[in-house]
Amino acid sequence: MTTATARPGTTSTPGRRPWSLSRTAVNGALVLATAYTLLPLGWLLAAAAKNTGDLLGGRALTPSTWHLGANLHALATAGDGIYFRWYLNSLLYAGIGALLCALVCVCAGYAFHVYSFPGKEQLFGLVLLGVLVPTTALALPLYLLASKVGVVNTFWAVFVPSLVNPFGVYLARVFCAGYVPGEALEAARVDGAGELRTFWSVGLPMVLPGLVTVFLFQFTAIWNNFFLPLVMLSDDRLFPVSLGLYSWNTQTHAFPEYYPLVVTGSLLGIVPLVIAFVALQRHWKAGLTAGSVK
Amino acid sequence: MTPTVPTTAPTAARAVSAAPSARTAAARRRRYGAPTVLLAPFFVLFTAATLVPIGYAVYLSLFTEHRSGLGFGGSETVFTGLGNYTRALGDGAFRGGFRNLAQYCLLYIPLMMCLALVLALLLDSALVRARRFFQLALFLPHAVPGTIAALVWVYLYTPGISPVIGALNSAGAGADLLGHPLPAVVNMAVWEWTGYNMVIFFAALQAIPREVLEAARVDGAGPLRTALSIKVPLIRSSLTVVGLFTVIGSLQLFTEPMILHGTTPSVVSTWSPNMYAYTAAFERHDYGLAAASSVLLALAAAALSFVVTRATRTRSGRTRPQTETGAVA
Repeated sequence: MTTATARPGTTSTPGRRPWSLSRTAVNGALVLATAYTLLPLGWLLAAAAKNTGDLLGGRALTPSTWHLGANLHALATAGDGIYFRWYLNSLLYAGIGALLCALVCVCAGYAFHVYSFPGKEQLFGLVLLGVLVPTTALALPLYLLASKVGVVNTFWAVFVPSLVNPFGVYLARVFCAGYVPGEALEAARVDGAGELRTFWSVGLPMVLPGLVTVFLFQFTAIWNNFFLPLVMLSDDRLFPVSLGLYSWNTQTHAFPEYYPLVVTGSLLGIVPLVIAFVALQRHWKAGLTAGSVK
Repeated sequence: MTPTVPTTAPTAARAVSAAPSARTAAARRRRYGAPTVLLAPFFVLFTAATLVPIGYAVYLSLFTEHRSGLGFGGSETVFTGLGNYTRALGDGAFRGGFRNLAQYCLLYIPLMMCLALVLALLLDSALVRARRFFQLALFLPHAVPGTIAALVWVYLYTPGISPVIGALNSAGAGADLLGHPLPAVVNMAVWEWTGYNMVIFFAALQAIPREVLEAARVDGAGPLRTALSIKVPLIRSSLTVVGLFTVIGSLQLFTEPMILHGTTPSVVSTWSPNMYAYTAAFERHDYGLAAASSVLLALAAAALSFVVTRATRTRSGRTRPQTETGAVA
């Protein structure tokens, strides 16, 4: 390392030709990969503006075949506007669910970080075991339990399970370790604040970026959830967007006019998440970093 | 499995020698009160939505419905021990589902992991401009719900609708992905998860101390050599964690084949073990069989994740004991 500092500026001088060659290759490979990830989304964007005939005929999109407005109108009126009811349901399940889940996780993560009590690490070990249980594996057992308790086909059957995220507790503990210095808590205690008061007015504001991260990931997980609503719900007025689109898609064989509805509905269905991920880049990167590097 | 903090804590003995007075009780309450209040919501929900369902599924898997007579007189529930498990394992459709799943894992996991790692290494090399853009663009499929991703890909597989299939056909390469469910499903999963895991690898690569890379360069290692001999070994803990979650996630395969099932007859209703469990519950109304197949799948996931953590731990113990923190394991 001492020799390295003695020779500043040598990075680009030796072998300029192979470097510039591989620069093209590297960037080309990345552009290719980006095309692979973005093309299906681009297709969706174009397809959402086509009518049934153009879509099934695979005809290219031109200004004269622009039907996005008509498709949106059809989407809003199909089944008495059931699509936007699904949309509202998804916003409720994912918005309120993720907010409560993030709060619950941060409370638990904070407690694991700040306090010491007997059996703490065993309890945390249980949380980590919970991380390994995937949500899909739980859906059917949850359904069996819910049908025993008699809450199948209700809002709560989908909402309550989505409040649990053991990985969020793990993330919250990591974030608390990074954002909440012990001295700040000590100062609050010296000033006479109780433990819960200290958490609420000192700890929680400090770990707010972590809360946003857990919220974002849980919002995505709930918005994207398919198996749990599929098994729990039979009343289509309780459906989230993902399940509603699935139910429409199963009817496209008999009714081809559902194709543009499914496509346009899919496009609207990804808009909130794309906006959230573009706007909150710092937070999902922080979450993925904390989850892996630690 | 409640989070109630033991009131007869051994630490109390350390704090106080005699006098179990009201003051120490208050102090104890203050010491354990806050963590109890903060942990209770999570553990109550965790118990209700994770531990109890698992226990109930195991319980249900030991019983079966016995229809008496002609099926009019209702049914009674009888204990069958491991009967449902032997029934599931003896069913060719269930074993076929596991065979599909094994092929899927063998194809998807190495492919996705390699792709994600290579992309992360490319992005980490000093040659790239617009890193933020590439990161975001590659990550974006994660923002697309699995259902919608599968729907879009099904359209892109359908001749007549798809411009991709159209272009391939006119180029003379007939592509029939709807008739070949395995590559069709693998492609969907690769599209959804490569960018997500690439961001994890990239974050780990960025955390490598720059002096280490500088030293390698001074020692004469080229970019390729540095990537393979320095960078990859240094991010092994990330590789382990991603591998672990990928294995567990792959075993739960459901959404993508379920949507293909609605489109093409080449994907049967029991194509993956999770679809088998779903069919058992909702088409055959055989809850015992559904619970047993869910438990078997969970056991397979537990066994595999044990193998993954074990294998990587012993290997890393031999080479680089000090870098291994093991975020989850």
